[in-house]
Amino acid sequence: MLQTSDLHYSYDGKTMLRFPNINCGKGEHWLLLGQSGSGKTTLLHLLGGLLTAKNGMVQVAGTSLEKLSSSALDKYRGKHIGIIFQKSHFVKALTVEENLLLAQQLAGVKINRDRISELLNHLNVGHKLKSKPDRLSQGEQQRVAIARALVNQPDVILADEPTSALDDINCNEVIQLLEHEANAVGATLLVVTHDGRLKERFEKQINL
Amino acid sequence: MNLLKLSWKNLTNKPLSMTLSLVLFALGVGLISLLLLLNKQLQDKFDKNLAGIDLVVGAKGSPLQLILCNMYHIDAPTGNVSIDEVKAFLNPRHPLIKTTVPLSVGDSYKSYRIVGTNHTMLDLYNAKIGEGKLWEKPFEVTLGAEVASALKMKVGDKFFSSHGFVLDENLEHSDTEPFVVVGILQVTGSVIDQLILTPSQTTWLVHEHEEEGEAGNGEPEVGNEPETHDSTEIHHDHKDYGDVNTPLMNFPEKEITSVLVQFRARNYQALNMQRSINENTDLQAATPAIEINRLYAMMGVGEDALRALALVIIFVSGLSVFISLYSSLKERKYELALMRVMGSSPSKIFLLIVLEGIILAIVGFVIGIALSHIGMETLAGALKTSYRYSFSGAIFLKEELYLLGAALLIGFVAAVIPAIQASNTDISNTLAEAS
Repeated sequence: MLQTSDLHYSYDGKTMLRFPNINCGKGEHWLLLGQSGSGKTTLLHLLGGLLTAKNGMVQVAGTSLEKLSSSALDKYRGKHIGIIFQKSHFVKALTVEENLLLAQQLAGVKINRDRISELLNHLNVGHKLKSKPDRLSQGEQQRVAIARALVNQPDVILADEPTSALDDINCNEVIQLLEHEANAVGATLLVVTHDGRLKERFEKQINL
Repeated sequence: MNLLKLSWKNLTNKPLSMTLSLVLFALGVGLISLLLLLNKQLQDKFDKNLAGIDLVVGAKGSPLQLILCNMYHIDAPTGNVSIDEVKAFLNPRHPLIKTTVPLSVGDSYKSYRIVGTNHTMLDLYNAKIGEGKLWEKPFEVTLGAEVASALKMKVGDKFFSSHGFVLDENLEHSDTEPFVVVGILQVTGSVIDQLILTPSQTTWLVHEHEEEGEAGNGEPEVGNEPETHDSTEIHHDHKDYGDVNTPLMNFPEKEITSVLVQFRARNYQALNMQRSINENTDLQAATPAIEINRLYAMMGVGEDALRALALVIIFVSGLSVFISLYSSLKERKYELALMRVMGSSPSKIFLLIVLEGIILAIVGFVIGIALSHIGMETLAGALKTSYRYSFSGAIFLKEELYLLGAALLIGFVAAVIPAIQASNTDISNTLAEAS
């Protein structure tokens, strides 16, 4: 489902980041551990098609990302890959619901308001449907960000440091939520982190 | 959630900077549109009132004043001329002249001018009688349509004229016979709508009477009870004027203000007439088209300055759109990167920002046009009293469409650099920075 081989990336043309080959099956949950500066975020961006590798290939759900044209890649990403960032960002001018509608619309997926309210209810932020993201607490923002990553029922969910700013209780809760939601849509989950607390929770791990 | 709606929401999310851009845009567009409207309507009125008149002959003075007074009825007369002096022009057998209209100007009623003339005046402006009849005797008047509607006068009404053009009760000629409205003209859209027409003889009667009164002969007031005074009865002093069809040439000692002349043909002799009048007589002859062009040239300076000002405002409004979009990019770059993550292509981001500029331009344009037309309608009242013409805010010009095109272009140009910048943003870098 999520596969890489011989992946290289260089920011300045001199130091080359090399990444181990990844092979995550459908519906599996993986943890990608690495210290700061080890290229975790770079790898996540490569996997999400936000960066294009200099060498090697990334395959998501059977499609090689480097073979897609730029705008086809944008569409593909929106439809098949859900990304959760460490800090939650939203289109500030829009309400929570509108942000999710935008995610559907930009990915070229059929607009489905029921899916949105169902998902938000499930994540306990259903009552914030008509709120502006600024008005939400951090925790609520993260839930909405998760909802946005899941709204198009992606094949792969990539989470960048979802827990590093959280205390133990919230950390557990968020991971549970992610696992639960990934299972609900049958998606492959890859959590990229340096948070040691997560080591016990994941059987399948990759170390950078 | 289409792009247009998203652009609109992005704009309304920053109401202050949107308002600033809109106010500037509307101001620039409104000012230019107002200038266009004013200019167009003024020129239309001036052109319409040229009425095919080739020459105005009157007393020496400013030629522009002669034209403005006798053709547009907005300036004071240059003075009077005796019929003896102008009788050559009044001769219907003059080889070069097709039509001559004598004018006596100088009195008014409630600031509407009373003009002594003959029936050919109507032919100049293609005026037709709407109600009642044309004047046939001294002190009978036919009203222009605008006068009748503004003063709510109807056939049969009586009034006293006043000397000069200002509304002043002390200047009322109340010791003469009252004027009687015998007819009202149809609307022509030309200056005749604003005039009160009467035979030339009336003005002589009014002022002769005044002289008698001033001479202090102790003659009792004629109009102790004017309503019983039969207006068809002619005062014994002026029975000579009773038949208004008597050619004016029969009264060489009497005075009028000017004659309006139409040539049979604009040949060399006709064109020479003006020069020869100005050089060889005590009269002055002026060509309306030339004087009006001079007037346009003079007004043009102020208008150019205003137009330059409006262009500067429009430029500044474009700059304000540019700055507000550009500075908003800094704080919006994460959400723009996010849109890319969600599947938006760079060209969509480009379009989103360009649309914001164009929406500002369109809304600014609409507000500006609305302001200028409302402003024009408001100004119309004030202009009517000073220019004697009716203006309207309900007239839309084709130039305003060009203005829309220019506004769209400015909106686009102001947005295009921020839009390129936004669509070229490296999403990976931006998002990595944020975490």
